[in-house]
Amino acid sequence: MIPLSHFLVLGAILFGLSVAGIFLNRKNVIILLMSIELMLLAVNTNFVAFSHHLGNMTGQVFVFFILTVAAAEAAIGLAILVVLFRNRNTINVADLDSMKG
Amino acid sequence: MDVYYFLFWLFSAVAVFAALRVITVRNPVHAVLFLVLTFFTCAALWMLLEAEFLAIVLVLVYVGAVMVLFLFVVMMLDINVAPVREGFIQYLPLAATVAVIVVVEMVLVVGTRAFEPNTLTAPKRAAAGTSNTEALGELLYTEYLYHFEIAAAILLVAIIAAIALTMRKRPQTKYQNPAQQVRVTKQERLKVIKMESEK
Repeated sequence: MIPLSHFLVLGAILFGLSVAGIFLNRKNVIILLMSIELMLLAVNTNFVAFSHHLGNMTGQVFVFFILTVAAAEAAIGLAILVVLFRNRNTINVADLDSMKG
Repeated sequence: MDVYYFLFWLFSAVAVFAALRVITVRNPVHAVLFLVLTFFTCAALWMLLEAEFLAIVLVLVYVGAVMVLFLFVVMMLDINVAPVREGFIQYLPLAATVAVIVVVEMVLVVGTRAFEPNTLTAPKRAAAGTSNTEALGELLYTEYLYHFEIAAAILLVAIIAAIALTMRKRPQTKYQNPAQQVRVTKQERLKVIKMESEK
């Protein structure tokens, strides 16, 4: 049997990579959204691993709801991105300064 | 060597490699395709953890719908890659430092003796004929029914929000107004003309 810690370390590595992705691609909104998806995947892997090793289905139910919310988030995020590109003709974060924040 | 170990190492190596490519590749289309590969290998890993339903859902819903949506958007928006890549090298040391610290800290916690199989009893393989989908459905439609309905409401809100955000009315577009069509009367459409009969 594969020990639980193997899956947890894999989840940690995927999470770390997505954190690095947010730092590296801070100008590109699409890659930022993809990094968030990758983060959720790492967390979901942890949930599934714990659910299997503790013999408790609740973890998988949680993953189900996370997948639902992540799909909704991706759809709305991409819709905002499309509207943004239509209005400003760019998705470069550095150019999105019309609110002078 | 145990076949499960072999599959685990193979899939996790592919997943980590693909995740690394997602954040470093230059072309966003390639990044989406590498993310698809990551999701696919993670679905295989979930299969090893006997979460068959969620593995299939990940492939069908995530790879089949969400990632294709990403691909559509990436291809639809004509992105100039050069300006969005600037600062990549500049932020590389910071990103690598933070990521390594995060991973090392998490490994120190979760990779230690506390999570080894001798303290946590090794799970038994599910008997042949047991259905993961059935077990999940039983839980979802009884204990988590309200949560399930809230999830449905969230999806509905997402549909409405996405449509409301991206819908635009072009002035030259021709469209019908159903309310006006229903309210139409005979007088508006039919005109009786009096004329002399032809000989």
